[in-house]
Amino acid sequence: MIELTDTNSSRIAAELVRSRIRAGSPAMGMVMTLVIVAPEEDAAEAMAAAKRASREHPSRVLGVILGDARGAAQVHAQVGSGDGWGGETALIRLKGEVVKHAESVVLPLLLPDSPVAIWWPTSAPADPAADPLGALAQRRITDSAAVPRGKSTAMLTQCRSYAPGNTDLSWTRLTPWRALLAAALDQHPLKVTRAKVTAERISPSADLLVAWLSDRLKVEVTRRNSDGPGITEVSMDTREGPIRISRADGRLATFSSPNRPDRPVALKRREVPALLAEELRRLDEDDVYAEVAARLVKLRSKK
Amino acid sequence: MTYANPLRDPQDRRLPRIAGPCGLVLFGVTGDLSRKKVMPAIYDLANRGLLPPGFSLVGFARRDWADQDFAQIVHDAVKEHARTPFREEVWKQLSEGFRFVSGDFDDDAAFAHLRHTVDELDQLRGTGGNMAFYLAIPPAFFGNVVGQLKEHGLSDPGPDQWRRVVVEKPFGHDLESARELNQILDGVFPSGSVFRIDHYLGKETVQNILAMRFANNMFEPIWNANYVDHVQITMAEDIGIGGRAGYYDGIGAARDVIQNHLLQLMALVAMEEPIAFDARSLRIEKQKVLKSATLPARLDLTTARGQYAAGWAGGEKVQGFLDEEGIKKTSTTETFAAITVNVETRRWAGVPFYLRTGKRLGRRVTEVAVVFKRAPHLPFAQTATEDLSQNALVIRVQPDEGMTLRFGSKVPGTAMEIRDVNMDFAYGGSFTEASAEAYERLILDVLLGDPPLFPRHEEVELSWKILDPVIEFWARKGKPEPYDSGTWGPESADKMLARDGRTWRRP
Repeated sequence: MIELTDTNSSRIAAELVRSRIRAGSPAMGMVMTLVIVAPEEDAAEAMAAAKRASREHPSRVLGVILGDARGAAQVHAQVGSGDGWGGETALIRLKGEVVKHAESVVLPLLLPDSPVAIWWPTSAPADPAADPLGALAQRRITDSAAVPRGKSTAMLTQCRSYAPGNTDLSWTRLTPWRALLAAALDQHPLKVTRAKVTAERISPSADLLVAWLSDRLKVEVTRRNSDGPGITEVSMDTREGPIRISRADGRLATFSSPNRPDRPVALKRREVPALLAEELRRLDEDDVYAEVAARLVKLRSKK
Repeated sequence: MTYANPLRDPQDRRLPRIAGPCGLVLFGVTGDLSRKKVMPAIYDLANRGLLPPGFSLVGFARRDWADQDFAQIVHDAVKEHARTPFREEVWKQLSEGFRFVSGDFDDDAAFAHLRHTVDELDQLRGTGGNMAFYLAIPPAFFGNVVGQLKEHGLSDPGPDQWRRVVVEKPFGHDLESARELNQILDGVFPSGSVFRIDHYLGKETVQNILAMRFANNMFEPIWNANYVDHVQITMAEDIGIGGRAGYYDGIGAARDVIQNHLLQLMALVAMEEPIAFDARSLRIEKQKVLKSATLPARLDLTTARGQYAAGWAGGEKVQGFLDEEGIKKTSTTETFAAITVNVETRRWAGVPFYLRTGKRLGRRVTEVAVVFKRAPHLPFAQTATEDLSQNALVIRVQPDEGMTLRFGSKVPGTAMEIRDVNMDFAYGGSFTEASAEAYERLILDVLLGDPPLFPRHEEVELSWKILDPVIEFWARKGKPEPYDSGTWGPESADKMLARDGRTWRRP
């Protein structure tokens, strides 16, 4: 890692090229730019997650830490490549006036042509697409379950401000559940008459799951509380009996369905790097999430 | 009205395809293939959540084992060879579905027991009557096993059920034996239910050949005899035959590798654009290539074969093929084979495909190199371009999967000096936990019933038709030429290309 103090974008860019040459491989095999916007205390963990995701998606990772916006503008950076990264990285700390113009630092550092993804590991802007940094990216990843306070409100806010390209890791977390539920209806081609989602009291993922099920099944979906962790049970009633997936420990679930023996099925809660890697696999609009976001907003406005 | 699953949406591409309720019966539990490839792949699939709840694995072998003993074998195989981390909950899901049936391949009682076990799994685990039979056993036993499966009603699916059979190479040792084998299998299972695993076709890079060729516009215009000089397809191993003398002696490199892997790679490189990316369309195009492939008239000048001799390979002293345990001193089995194939189509007329494979070569590598013609005119002084050879596009199948473009570039400095340089692309994705290994993908495709990556018996027979004359010619004349271990094969291979005014790339 090379430390650059009181620097600017062109010096960071030059250092990226130099570090690439120092690492002995001047070729660029990177497929995208990933911008991470995080407060100082969360930055290290977020960069570590990005490092693991970068093995699947070699990228230029730009960590942006927005400091106190008062005072004179300061840009500091740590630049490096190699060392377990599947690409190259710059961790940029902004202080003073430049905090309000972070996009001016990031824009010159985007890789040519290739797509840009942005990730707010904790708090995100209320409207990511309208955010100056968010506007640079095709893919805007938020994580409502990771905001320090008001997770449910944060989820609703993100759904309200949905724009093509937005996505939330609470949605990503649902993929294994959704896969299993869809597989259950492949096995039991039955009409679902009602459904129930049980989860810990505050769970943006559970809210999205309720919205998804009600959107797809067109039936009433109720939400129950449990002690968690996360989502603990989903059941779908059919005329032959309920199809139920329950997971008490966040790891191993039991799959019960009509006229079939109960079966254990691994359903582990995934770590952030795995979620991020899934998010970066597709960079076009997620139509299903768009519908679910709209449905969630509708369900909430009824209440 | 047919049922449309409301939770499925073609737009929803996050949802992985999970196989429906099913189980797998594995014959040949103790073999290398089962322990190193099949069992770990099954675990990895479960770990990725791609196996259905209730998936069951039945082992069949001539061992006096209980279910737990079998589970222990799988456990050890998974711990040692699985690519994804070991998780207790995944193991729990899987291990509840382990069963073991002990018996010989001609033992009626054992197959009656197997039948009973399969029926029982339907009841207890909800496998829905869907079973795949994986024959990880020598082909000599296929007849016995599929005969027994038929006799005990294991090969007949009920309504809305499937029964599939999975076999591994070798698919025979010549055209005639391949036909016999196909007849045995086709007599019991319809041809759409026979899955021949060629694990090369499950590899990311091999599928990427199709993506590269048919999703891009910049390669297609030069992908023909106007620009391509020749194509070299290499699969080299740095190891010897190890303990596989029994299998290898009498088979040799050409039958072991060229007939399946290399001719399949050739078909993918040479084929025309399929009308769709589905099994049938791909097969049609591959078959067209294999049908139009011919051998040159003079096989003595256009083929080469060798046997590795004792020597030093990669810093280790190794013994020669004839000194390997279980190999006769007089064996004429080749451990290196190179052949020339012409594809008689408008696209490829006059472009030879050189296929070579061998053991104890310089390093382990598989690649396809498309070598282009020289530029028709070079406006530089002759001294400037002395280091410039032919442009090449190299598809690196393994290891270090990716693609290399080789072209001329100016050497920095005041003089005009042009030399060959490389441009590499390596997709990181092929090395991560998230992307499936070839066996995983193929086993999942078997369970899903999705066959685009499996060669059908027509392709197998066409490949033998290409290779048979070479093998017959070799059997009639001479014997393999010794080559030093750790080198790139016998001199005759170099001469074979030199006659055409070409040289092998050092891969």
